[in-house]
Amino acid sequence: MINTDTMIYRDNDGKNIWQFLKQELKPKGKWLTPFNLISLPIMLLGLVLIVIRFWKGIGSITNLTQDVPWGLWIGFDVVTGVAFAGGAYVITFMVYILNMKKYHSIVRVTVLNGFLAYVFYAGALLLDLGRPWNVVNPIIGNSFGTSSVLFLVAWHFLLYMIAQLIEFSPAIAEWIGHKRAHKILSAMTIGAVIFGITLSTLHQSGLGALFLMAKDKIHPLWYNEFIPIMFFVSSIFAGLSMVIFEGSISNKVFSDQISEKNQKAHHSIVISLCKICAMAMFAYFFLQVLIFVHEQHWSYLTTSWGLWFLTEMFVFVLLPMLLFVYSYKTNSFFMAKVAAVITMLGIIINRLNVTVIGFKWDAAVPYYPSWMEIAVTLAVIFTEIWIFRWIINRMPVLRESPQWAKK
Amino acid sequence: MGLDRRSFFQMLGLTGLTLALGKDAKAAPSEEEAVSFKAVLYDSTRCVGCQSCEFACAETNGLPEPTDVPETGVVRQLDETRRTVINSYETSKGEVFVKQQCMHCNQPACAAACLTKAMFKNQEGPVTWRGNKCMGCRYCMVSCPFDIPKFEYHSANPKIVKCTMCVDRLAEGELPACVENCPAEALTFGTREELIKEARRRIHDDTDTYYDYIYGEHEAGGTSFLYLSPVSFNELGFNTKIQKSSYPELSKGFLYSVPSIFVLWPAMLLGLQQATKDNELKTENDD
Ligand code: SF4
Ligand code: SF4
Repeated sequence: MINTDTMIYRDNDGKNIWQFLKQELKPKGKWLTPFNLISLPIMLLGLVLIVIRFWKGIGSITNLTQDVPWGLWIGFDVVTGVAFAGGAYVITFMVYILNMKKYHSIVRVTVLNGFLAYVFYAGALLLDLGRPWNVVNPIIGNSFGTSSVLFLVAWHFLLYMIAQLIEFSPAIAEWIGHKRAHKILSAMTIGAVIFGITLSTLHQSGLGALFLMAKDKIHPLWYNEFIPIMFFVSSIFAGLSMVIFEGSISNKVFSDQISEKNQKAHHSIVISLCKICAMAMFAYFFLQVLIFVHEQHWSYLTTSWGLWFLTEMFVFVLLPMLLFVYSYKTNSFFMAKVAAVITMLGIIINRLNVTVIGFKWDAAVPYYPSWMEIAVTLAVIFTEIWIFRWIINRMPVLRESPQWAKK
Repeated sequence: MGLDRRSFFQMLGLTGLTLALGKDAKAAPSEEEAVSFKAVLYDSTRCVGCQSCEFACAETNGLPEPTDVPETGVVRQLDETRRTVINSYETSKGEVFVKQQCMHCNQPACAAACLTKAMFKNQEGPVTWRGNKCMGCRYCMVSCPFDIPKFEYHSANPKIVKCTMCVDRLAEGELPACVENCPAEALTFGTREELIKEARRRIHDDTDTYYDYIYGEHEAGGTSFLYLSPVSFNELGFNTKIQKSSYPELSKGFLYSVPSIFVLWPAMLLGLQQATKDNELKTENDD
């Protein structure tokens, strides 16, 4: 039964795999869309800046200082980006562990999103490394810094990317039309999911734990020994808000891909996610209050930092939480989107407060990202969206799997 | 059919890997180790601010010679071309000079932070950087409570720069360059234990001159640079709020919880998965 002809085929139309790949690499659809017109120049600019960075050193395009060695690229790209990618472990948990079939239609796109986020945002880490040629050192084992939280996080990024790739791989097999691979890879899903959730728990909190030793450097309103737990809890609603946000965009942009049944289901999925977000945010807010009382930081409240802290807590946590409650009570899709966007802004603010804004808050020369750091960040995001779009247009992610794969 | 036997065992294998790695997490140096660390005592009551140490350091490490002088009101910073600086402070007892460099902590935050073991606590006490391992992540800079490691932001092959306690000279039986070249004998080299005794003796013998505190004896869990001063260390721009226990201790709790989560989580998730599956079968049968 196994001969090379049947090993490589696509829905049995007998095309050679290389021809198939070559054909798939060609762009599909219109070229001169507004999105392309905006993103292409920025991506090219980013590329130029990256070349300069490797040629002249990190200082040539960033504003990093000796006091503030981690800036936008770590604080936003890596720490915030990974929080947003948290949707993947939450949704796989619900679908594969709790067997909540309802969310099945969004599982693939969420995992894909998570995977790409890790590849690109954790990949952005490479840009920030001064000596990237040594990046394999903590992996190949000649220099295991096992007492380092960063060591743990680096390993977990790597392993989690593999787990996510396995979770997503059935879609690739369906795309190429490889039935045998599909069967094997699908059987590995549950193992990958369990492994992936465990890894996520640890590195979502690990990203917070990175800053535990920076005790004297982070503003007291944002530093406490519970950062890891807070990072973990907030990654739940950060990730789900991203799922809601991304879903509402995909539903419009890729509407031709999504079956009518799934488009209808999407509304009710979003409303249920609102409930989970609201609960997670309630827990988070409650913990924040407990920590605040425990740390006795009342005196800071009257400073401008205190005001900023209160803004974060009330405008960007409590308010969207109430909006989430409102949207599932009134079944309002629109409010859910508004709440998701505010929550995401809140997550960005929170992560930056810990990693950049509140870091060395008393430094003589405060750090502001340079326009070039921002341009590179945008370029990374746009590249990710391009790849995302490329995959969505080819593989069965939003679209239904081919009939043969469903059995 | 859920998780098959094989992938379950694969998972266990990976868990084992982490467990094994977790165990490897190095314990803090024992008390005996810490007392025999090599150390330097800096006595600011003796320092005349001549910058001989700065010149000696620059020469030994091939760095540019300092061109500015200590001045009260100006804080000269360490940077990628200066591993030690002398600053001048106007205090209640007049002008006092203070030398700054890496403290060579007993349990260095920088080394605990380093994921490649490039930052490294030598057995004799100095904390040094190994370029062949470092990947330039700058997590050591984020973690050092004294803000010591500096980074060459404008190089395509950047290094982390900080005082090495002249570890190469020590290996040849010589003194650190700054210690050897101090004309005022403000710097003394020895073991931590000896120097703490010596510092106590100086304070005890001359309580008028000295402020009764040895900075570095307990800061950050103890450091190999020890400071004596005529005035309270607040007046000299020291961070006196630095915690007395070691910094790596702060993330230990998190790191220790990792192996247990790696064992508990998969088991729990698998259990949950099985339970909800049964549930579903039952409801289907009920229909
Ligand atoms: S002072 Fe900073 S750089 Fe020096 S050993 Fe201590 S933690 Fe490391
Ligand atoms: S910059 Fe180098 S020495 Fe510092 S923590 Fe990273 S790998 Fe270690």
